[in-house]
Amino acid sequence: MTANIKIALAGNPNSGKTTLFNALTGARQHVGNYPGVTVEKKEGVCRRQGVTMQIVDLPGTYSLTGYSVEELVARSFIIDERPDVVVDVIDSSNLERNLYLATQLIELNVPIVLAFNMSDVARHRGFVFDIPKLSQLLGVPIVSMVGSRNEGIDELLKMVTEAARSGETPGTCRIRYGSEVEDELARIEAHLDPQHDLVARYGKRWLALKLLENDKEITELHHSPEVLAAVQFSREHLAAVFGEDPEIIIAERRYGFISGACQEAVQSSTELRHDMSDKADAVLTHPILGLPIFVGLMYLVFQLTFTLGEYPMVWMEHFLAFSGESLSAWWPGDPGPLHSLVVDGIIGGVGGVMVFLPNILLLFLAIAFLEDTGYMARAAFIMDHIMHKIGLHGKSFIPMLIGFGCSVPAIMATRILENRRNRLTTIMVIPLISCGARFPIYMMIIPAFFPNHRGLMLASIYFVGILLAIVLARLLRVTLLKGETLPFVMELPPYRLPTVRGLLIHTWQRGWMYVRKAGTVILAISIVIWAATSYPKMDAAALQNMTPEQVSTAELQHSVVGRIGKTLAPALKPLGFDWRISTSLVGAFAAKEVFVSQLGIMYSVGEAEEGGSEALRAKLQADYTPLQGFCVMLFCLISMPCVATIVITRQETGSWRWALLQLLGLTALAYVITMAVYQVGRVFV
Amino acid sequence: MTNTIQVPLSTIRTGQKVRLGNIKAGHGLRSRLAAMGMVPNTELLVISNGSPGPFVVAVKGSRIALGRGMAHKVMVEQTPTLETP
Repeated sequence: MTANIKIALAGNPNSGKTTLFNALTGARQHVGNYPGVTVEKKEGVCRRQGVTMQIVDLPGTYSLTGYSVEELVARSFIIDERPDVVVDVIDSSNLERNLYLATQLIELNVPIVLAFNMSDVARHRGFVFDIPKLSQLLGVPIVSMVGSRNEGIDELLKMVTEAARSGETPGTCRIRYGSEVEDELARIEAHLDPQHDLVARYGKRWLALKLLENDKEITELHHSPEVLAAVQFSREHLAAVFGEDPEIIIAERRYGFISGACQEAVQSSTELRHDMSDKADAVLTHPILGLPIFVGLMYLVFQLTFTLGEYPMVWMEHFLAFSGESLSAWWPGDPGPLHSLVVDGIIGGVGGVMVFLPNILLLFLAIAFLEDTGYMARAAFIMDHIMHKIGLHGKSFIPMLIGFGCSVPAIMATRILENRRNRLTTIMVIPLISCGARFPIYMMIIPAFFPNHRGLMLASIYFVGILLAIVLARLLRVTLLKGETLPFVMELPPYRLPTVRGLLIHTWQRGWMYVRKAGTVILAISIVIWAATSYPKMDAAALQNMTPEQVSTAELQHSVVGRIGKTLAPALKPLGFDWRISTSLVGAFAAKEVFVSQLGIMYSVGEAEEGGSEALRAKLQADYTPLQGFCVMLFCLISMPCVATIVITRQETGSWRWALLQLLGLTALAYVITMAVYQVGRVFV
Repeated sequence: MTNTIQVPLSTIRTGQKVRLGNIKAGHGLRSRLAAMGMVPNTELLVISNGSPGPFVVAVKGSRIALGRGMAHKVMVEQTPTLETP
């Protein structure tokens, strides 16, 4: 028996692949990236009956032809990493479409197990499968299962172990493409080098097929001029015969093969699949009602985040204040610089960010819920009409929505956009979408200055960001990034009730990223800022005859940070900012939420007895007007994206030019807009 | 007998069934649509001609949303037997 098996999970988007992955691996997951590209790579381990299975969740794809990054990643994982078994997760209530990917895996001739997921839904919809027959026709083992209810998992694992042990593959000649295509395949095969690496591993037929399909990646792999000439001849010949590109003919024949197999082995009594979903869509994607419903839902999400999050946030504040106090009480000897570092720097800085964890988890939970129910695809659909008008794609909306969580994964998610101009535009405007890190800033300012209009103020600052993103996108599309907008194509999966486990895992993974950031980048910055606010020390003589408040103010003004802040302050004065705010903004470049912790340290409320946030709010109320408060939020919203965003923009666009344009352009925009608001506002308020 | 006159999908009303003909789009997009089940001669059911917004069609048991621009490029045949009177 094999003691260690490598399994790859393949499947269409919405096939329940991730649910199965969660069921198999539980919380033992590692989320990273495939080398070189920023497609998410999820790995996990599953131990059953003495067998250790390493499971990799491949990106969801409709095929393996390699037109999108996801398809390339999925295919090269199978080709390069050679998993022992590929499990193709199939939504059995949508069999024909899902089997298309299976035909390509079968042609790769690697050990495969087909997991007929959601078999309960399929049964409910009147499908009856002759599994042994289908298995025989396709040449692969099939397991019927329900991933969301853990049904059939044991049988699946048994088959996977068996497939890994036997190493049995489907065989090379299962799908026939009709005499014309077969003739051309034979012509190309005759020219192929039997020593070619891919021939050795996947056979001549597979390579010939890929070449005939004009697969870019495969065609670029050193082929002799005779092979390329033969491919070109065959492609032209087939195009002349069928009046259609060979890859389309091949796709049609694959679907023909599937439909033939299904006719023999599947009975369906009714066509009910989307009945309920269609009814829901009649309302939710209604041309007139769809948009208000969407806006209402978004408002509800933010309102809930705010109200429900308040309770755990208060507990968190108490806990942090208690930690600070207990530490001070137990501190051996006089509180020296180390005590100040731990209590003011670390507890004050990291704590200031951790306080917002409950809100951020709630926001992520809401986003995960919208994703897992299938509503997110509808949101893109509803928004397409509007997005098209601003020169973007309905799909651009999804990264923007993720942008409410964090700009970094949002920029990564722009990979779903095939068109580079669309993608660049989306990347450039994503920082204008208020991310989770901007949230603590709003949460600090809004209750301090607008206690009676919390929901409204929060909604409007988010709205301002969205509006600016739209204007900027439109501007980019008519200037730097001119060009046609690509048509919108997207599957609308049936609505589903998400599993609690799935929601919790998604929320946890995203929340953990935030916590990790708090534990690393923000911790480091908090210490640096603490040092920069504490040093250089002033002469003890100069501090005589001063009250403790005057001492701390004087010390701050004397410190490195205070000096930088003061240098910048005159430039930011027209925006309504003093040196304290200017100084805090410097830190916000490292990570937006640092603004709050830095402001906390600036006002030395880190160790405040009654909890950091309330004390800080009181000081803010004393020092600033609501207009200034609003201007701070506005500036934080628009100005310089954090370092992580800049780095990821550089990585995704492949050049520093775009990253720097984003950084400088947005900061300049923030300056102009905030100044206008402050100066005009001052006249009226 | 098949009616071979192809018209853009965007002209088809909600609830009508048509047969897919050519798609006037680039190599990548056509291959993507093919992978999603939109291969020539497939039967499409128009779930919603959401004029002026996007378009939803049923293809092989799944629902695919197409932008307005896309629906102009997808050519379909209205077979006489499937045509509503």
